[in-house]
Amino acid sequence: MGVALARLAQWTAASYGTGTLEITPLNEILLKEIIIFVEHFIYDHPQEAKFSFVEPLEWKTDLEPSAFESGYIVSETTVTSEEVDKNGQPLLFLSVPQIKVRSFRQLSQLVFIAKDTKLKEAQACVEANRDPVVKILGSDYSTMTEDSSAFNILHKITSSDDPESEMKMRIAILLKQLDLHLLSYILRHISLQICLNPEPVKKDIELLKSFSGKGEQTVLESIDYTSDYEFSNGCRAPPWRQIYGEMCYVLVKPHDVETLCITCSTEGVFLNGGKTDDEGEIDYERKGEVYKDLVTFLKEKSAKFSENMSKQDIRFNEEQQKNQIDEVPTYAIRKSVSGSDKNKLEKNQINFRKNQMTRRLEPSLNWRTTVDFKDRKTPAKDSQEEKHGGKLEKTRTSISPGRAQLLRKSVDKVEEMASESSSESEEDEEPPDHRQEANADLPSEYWQIQKLVKYLKGGNQTATVIALCSMRDFNLAQETCQLAIRDVGGLEVLINLLDTDEVKCKIGSLKILKEISHNPQIQRNIVDLGGLPIMVNILDSPYKSLKCLAAETIANVAKFKRARRVVRQHGGITKLVSLLDCAQNSIEPAQSSLYETRDVEVARCGALALWSCSKSYSNKEAIRKAGGFPLLARLLKTSHEDMLIPVVGTLQECASEENYRAAIKAERIIENLVKNLNSENEQLQEHCAMAIYQCAEDEETRDLVRLHGGLKPLASLLNNTDNKERLAAVTGAIWKCSISKENVTKFREYKAIETLVGLLTDQPEEVLVNVVGALGECCQDRENRVIVRKCGGIQPLVNLLVGINQALLVNVTKAVGACAVEPESMVIIDRLDGVRLLWSLLKNPHPDVKASAAWALCPCIQNAKDAGEMVRSFVGGLELVVNLLKSDNKEVLSSVCAAITNIAKDQENLAVITDHGVVPLLSKLANTNNDKLRRHLAEAISRCCMWGRNRVAFGEHKAVAPLVRYLKSSDTNVHRATAQALYQLSEDPDNCITMHENAAVKLLLDMVGSPDQELQEAAAGCISNIRRLALATEKARYN
Amino acid sequence: MNRKKLQKLTDTLTKNCKHFNKFEVNCLIKLFYNLVGEATERPGAATGLDRNAFRNILHMTFGMTDDMIMDRVFRGFDRDNDGIVSVTEWVHGLSLFLRGSLEEKMKYCFDVFDLNGDGFISKEEMFHMLKNSLLKQPSEEDPDEGIKDLVEITLKKMDYDHDGKLSFADYEKAVREEALLLEAFGPCLPDPKSQMEFEAQVFKDPNDFHDNMNS
Repeated sequence: MGVALARLAQWTAASYGTGTLEITPLNEILLKEIIIFVEHFIYDHPQEAKFSFVEPLEWKTDLEPSAFESGYIVSETTVTSEEVDKNGQPLLFLSVPQIKVRSFRQLSQLVFIAKDTKLKEAQACVEANRDPVVKILGSDYSTMTEDSSAFNILHKITSSDDPESEMKMRIAILLKQLDLHLLSYILRHISLQICLNPEPVKKDIELLKSFSGKGEQTVLESIDYTSDYEFSNGCRAPPWRQIYGEMCYVLVKPHDVETLCITCSTEGVFLNGGKTDDEGEIDYERKGEVYKDLVTFLKEKSAKFSENMSKQDIRFNEEQQKNQIDEVPTYAIRKSVSGSDKNKLEKNQINFRKNQMTRRLEPSLNWRTTVDFKDRKTPAKDSQEEKHGGKLEKTRTSISPGRAQLLRKSVDKVEEMASESSSESEEDEEPPDHRQEANADLPSEYWQIQKLVKYLKGGNQTATVIALCSMRDFNLAQETCQLAIRDVGGLEVLINLLDTDEVKCKIGSLKILKEISHNPQIQRNIVDLGGLPIMVNILDSPYKSLKCLAAETIANVAKFKRARRVVRQHGGITKLVSLLDCAQNSIEPAQSSLYETRDVEVARCGALALWSCSKSYSNKEAIRKAGGFPLLARLLKTSHEDMLIPVVGTLQECASEENYRAAIKAERIIENLVKNLNSENEQLQEHCAMAIYQCAEDEETRDLVRLHGGLKPLASLLNNTDNKERLAAVTGAIWKCSISKENVTKFREYKAIETLVGLLTDQPEEVLVNVVGALGECCQDRENRVIVRKCGGIQPLVNLLVGINQALLVNVTKAVGACAVEPESMVIIDRLDGVRLLWSLLKNPHPDVKASAAWALCPCIQNAKDAGEMVRSFVGGLELVVNLLKSDNKEVLSSVCAAITNIAKDQENLAVITDHGVVPLLSKLANTNNDKLRRHLAEAISRCCMWGRNRVAFGEHKAVAPLVRYLKSSDTNVHRATAQALYQLSEDPDNCITMHENAAVKLLLDMVGSPDQELQEAAAGCISNIRRLALATEKARYN
Repeated sequence: MNRKKLQKLTDTLTKNCKHFNKFEVNCLIKLFYNLVGEATERPGAATGLDRNAFRNILHMTFGMTDDMIMDRVFRGFDRDNDGIVSVTEWVHGLSLFLRGSLEEKMKYCFDVFDLNGDGFISKEEMFHMLKNSLLKQPSEEDPDEGIKDLVEITLKKMDYDHDGKLSFADYEKAVREEALLLEAFGPCLPDPKSQMEFEAQVFKDPNDFHDNMNS
């Protein structure tokens, strides 16, 4: 009862000392429950009811002495109960207005006597006796409020047999039960009618924010407050709005609807009038229904939101729950629960963000890291989480320093983002710092390692070498040992040893660092301890084996951005590149001493380190500047696989940037890449294919691959589908190579098309993206389209249209579009409902997918039977297309214009899109410099002129003058489309005038001289229309 | 010493020494006589470097500090056990010091560490050699405990046949696996830096040498 009263009851503001209870429904419930408890006490526990309190409950009562009847000795101003305790004191004593009660029996009598005013009495009693438990049972029991109570109670029971304390115990337990009952009752009550206040709203918004961002999986594109200023009460609304209960205004951009401006008020969440254009003021007027909270509101407004929310519902709810638990004052029972929840949730949140990262669209297709990431890191993560789960109670205390570290790291990360860009971002996840608990059961290795580290610290060179060698006998690949070395302070010692003059100690230390630096946490620790600059300096050492070890360790440590930057800033790249410059003499002496090793080995280690480093953009540049490419090219001619893998790996990383591709081409590297495709080593094949994939963006390179006979090995590697990473690389290379027509012909010769079709099913997305990309390119060729159809490739392609991987969708739509050029294939696509699927992709949030889908629709509409009818059958389809003209992406606009051109071939559809306002939207786009858009826009305009008074409307919407300017473009396609559009527009006299005013005639006259017949004709037609009008006006003037 | 004698000595030593060429042998002989100095002229006494002089060289030139190890190195050089390193022993010793193969070095090092020459490095010998290798922690009850532990660690690492002592076979196997263990019980070979300095200093100016030879 104490807890419930002390924490839950809503006391008035000045509640210290003797406060009063506020008259709130909550308190009323509380009091009623207490009264019921007291009323029933006498029946339920007759023995306990007789127990006399240690101190009386005392308060001011409004009861008149006259109200008391039998069993009481009543005088004018006093009432004494007949019932007395063992000392003869009355159990109830009233001396107006003070009343003292000393037993439950009397209390319950009193309640009975008070009848209507019992609530008031109870309130007065509770107010006056802030800690009733102490009064009833004595101060020993005030500890009842803590959750150690059970222990105390037991302790007391066992320590005394005296009946009174046993009685006390029973009462204590009863009171405790009441307490619990009150708490749960109130909790239920609160959760029903929680009214919005700034705290939960703020948390909701923060939470949604963390789930928002670009990409498919997020719930919202963005959510922001309209005002950055937060008042001290947590509200952001201006004070004059706060009096209406409004707390803040948020701008929410869901994926599928326009930005919403929302008011969060204490009554609920509703749509307001939005920001007014001129001053950025908000129209506070309510514009819609009131919802109980933000999430409900958004679920109602945005289908996408509710869809994605349902996927993440569990997490989100957990989060929300956590917040709510935080709001309710934490009381003993809940304490441990909320603590552990928090812990887990934090993990979840981290995890969730991570997933988001992986899913993020990577059009450059860094599939390899994605694969790695999924396969390798997730299980590790899980196991760690399990570990945490097992030790929740302990971790609770240790979590804050860990979090601080995470925070610090994330600050670091932001810094890094600003300073350099990397072709790989996923890899840079900070692993959660996880230290072994000091009191957990430590493996015996831990103590042994601790001892060795002690000898490292306190030993001379001889002892140090012995300790180092002995340490190498532990399984350094095992995380326990790695972390043990770190946790006993071994890393500091090992790194310090690198700074000494003792070569043997340095070698021994590096041998250990090389092994343990496979662990991502250790990598970060090494960087934090300043290990990298020292290692970079060791690269200058005269001892080759030392150089090798340092380079290998750098290769391990430089797995994340900050490390790579440190390597570069300390001149590491130049030094590593110079390691590559090994003398090419093959007759080297065998390893004669501890400090010697073969030059080839040095070069290999250098390449290994460069491979790691080359994942950062600036490092690629540094490698190029240091003259790395000629050296890499030279090493590529060797035949050691150990050497070739890091060399090709480095080249492949660098090839992601265009200017390095040029350098690669210049060094005649492609030839050797192709040669190594024939290697036996799968990893080498994979990296070669990957490098070709990167380089084949360039046309000349694609030709080189063919000339050096690279297409055949690529095609034959397709048949081995077990190694998915290699398959992804190979299909990637084929995709890029098939951009060149000649290559496609070759691939057809090698029967690669059939194999590719076979790969359309049961492959991971990384492979599918490339396979479909390759088919999309191949199907530009008629013969290949036939092959794809005959091999049954259309069905799996159409099936892929329902995916969610955006890179894949872009490629699939392109491939389906390519197939649709073939009328026979179109029949199949139509039968499979492919057009509808394509059409629904126009709703995809990613512009590339939208554009690609729109392009694919063009051949579909051209080649489908009853295309007009088909298009009309898509409910809302035409409106959707027309609305896409509001996009700000040029590619989307061009593709949609092209689609409109095709749609408008059907008169009825043209009428519908006209109704949807296609004319003003097209006219609005007219002022553009993008030739592709100009061409398709002009074509769309010329088509749309064919309906009603659209010609006039285009003129009214000022589309004509900009069109005339298109004639100055250098693109003949633009000229042709424009001339045709102008010809259509010139049927309207006003347009002719506009054209004439904009000096169209001179430009058109030039076009008449064009070799392009259509252009000639259209230009001539236009001129004749203008001329005719001029003649007519002249005639009119002279008549 | 006259030139003819020097020439002859050089020729003989070069023939018996596989790691040095004639020029290098010549340089080393000259260095030897420089170091021995006037003492050589005393008739009757054997010419050479006595223990102190040799230890001085090890300390100054090769940076060795451990007295016991230096004594053992002297023993290693002084093959005939006459208390003096002669010119032949000098050239032979340095040939191993500077150019020795791993096998030769292992053999030499093992002999250095095998204090009593019984063909085994016993626990006691190890303890003896390692006793100064740890910083004494005043807090520790038994100051030798760390050393004993270190000996155990070494045995665990190198004693493959588990007989509680290191045979040459044990030692060789351990070194082949981990070259760092070559000088497991104390530096008895020149460290690479002083070796390079020494070579650079001693073997300089081949032209001078030829001039000398021709003139």
